[in-house]
Amino acid sequence: MKRISEHPVLGPLEEEEIGFEFDGQSYRGIKGDSIAAALLANGVRTLRYSNRDGEPRGIYCGIGHCYECRMTVNGVQSVRACITQACDGDVLESQGENRREGSNDF
Amino acid sequence: MISDVVVIGAGPAGLSAAVAAAEAGASVVVIDENPRPGGKLLGQLHEEPGTGWWIGAEISKSLAKRAEEAGVRILSNRQVWNLSPKWEVALDNGESVCGEYAVVATGAAERPLPIPGWSLPGVMAIGAAQTLTNYYRVRPGDRVAVVGMDPLSLTVAHELSMAGADVVGIYLPSKSVFAGSQADPDRNLEYLAGMSDLAPNALLRWGGRLASNRALRNLALTFFPTSGIPLMGTKLNLRKSIVSIGGDERVQHVEIATIDKHGNPGKTRTVDVDCVCISGGLYPVQELTRDCELVRIDQLGGTVPLYSPEMETSQSNLFVAGNVTGIEGAKIAMAQGTLAGTAIASRLGRIQGKDAVDQAAEAVRSARKSSAITFMPDIDEGRRIAEDLWLQLEREKSMTQKDESYA
Repeated sequence: MKRISEHPVLGPLEEEEIGFEFDGQSYRGIKGDSIAAALLANGVRTLRYSNRDGEPRGIYCGIGHCYECRMTVNGVQSVRACITQACDGDVLESQGENRREGSNDF
Repeated sequence: MISDVVVIGAGPAGLSAAVAAAEAGASVVVIDENPRPGGKLLGQLHEEPGTGWWIGAEISKSLAKRAEEAGVRILSNRQVWNLSPKWEVALDNGESVCGEYAVVATGAAERPLPIPGWSLPGVMAIGAAQTLTNYYRVRPGDRVAVVGMDPLSLTVAHELSMAGADVVGIYLPSKSVFAGSQADPDRNLEYLAGMSDLAPNALLRWGGRLASNRALRNLALTFFPTSGIPLMGTKLNLRKSIVSIGGDERVQHVEIATIDKHGNPGKTRTVDVDCVCISGGLYPVQELTRDCELVRIDQLGGTVPLYSPEMETSQSNLFVAGNVTGIEGAKIAMAQGTLAGTAIASRLGRIQGKDAVDQAAEAVRSARKSSAITFMPDIDEGRRIAEDLWLQLEREKSMTQKDESYA
């Protein structure tokens, strides 16, 4: 996976795990992760599908400006995954009119 | 909720302003839309000349701790929807926070630099990659291409390779209406020339040395190897640009063109990557100062509010600090924040005499002098223009006041 567990300057990563669900699948994250970071650490890049053409979208700006990472968090629509902390037990869903099933399976 | 001071933005500038005001005895509330205080400081990681590693996450933590110990209330996860005079801050949850003084420390955002294919998952702004790598400890990709050559992109390229990513190269953007002079190899070399020997990594120092005189720059452009120059685990490519990004559902490859010294594309080839980081440069986020005197100064990164030597805008009791006043490093933002907070504490009568404010102003000047990275090559000129315009504004104001007193 993409988690940087050892780092030459920052040292080892302290891990207190959390569990959450995204589009019906279960994932593990680390306490303090943003939703976007937790999903990326699991190899999930697609967070949303564009409304018009159903194209996949992922993290872009990382500071809550572009809204590319918006998703439904515990029933609340269009929450920005890049600046929202992932919590244990979160139920997350991607948004988009024409979303294709199963395209997060990589 | 009513307090002496409301600070918008819990980055290095906002936290420093809050600490300075609260330690002098003022009541302070800080509002930030992120889950944790620190702003973009959280993701910073570079080696400072003489003083070792600058670990933004740790500095953020100790600043926030100091603020809390001084009694500052930090409201995280709260968006500011409006700021209205004397001074009411409307929040996204319908509540508002009022303060006799307000500090806008909203920082900077990245200029988008569109490239065909940039909406694919795996393409992200360079700042997003920085926070993911150094703060969240998640590698944005295993094979990464970086587009745009500037102090931030060179720093993050190094950080990515320290974190185990294969940074295949740093490339220029292709010529386009969006890229403007960022696609011009000569302008990029000139930009690199702004890097000093104090620069925090070899990539930046190398650029500074190579580009420090015009004749050398021309030579460098003519003879710059089209295969790039290998440095710190990546390749600096002044003679290559990224034409497009491709892949099925996510980034899988980029198309790279060899360019002549004017940036015109020649042959292209495809390189496999799983992540592209785009660096289009930074601009001040100044929406909340819309009722202040604003001026566009490109040397500072865009449109900024004018402000007094004590960081007060043309709206009385509304202060600014950090990158909202122009693009500079975190140390300078912190010094500006301390100045704003100290000036406010003095106005509130919490600090006697002028010494503390003068010292804080001097600290901003010395932070600029010892700055390891210069983001905007002509920042000094930009600051001078802003200072002159402020003085002009003051003169106009005093003349209008005179006119009124005669009437």
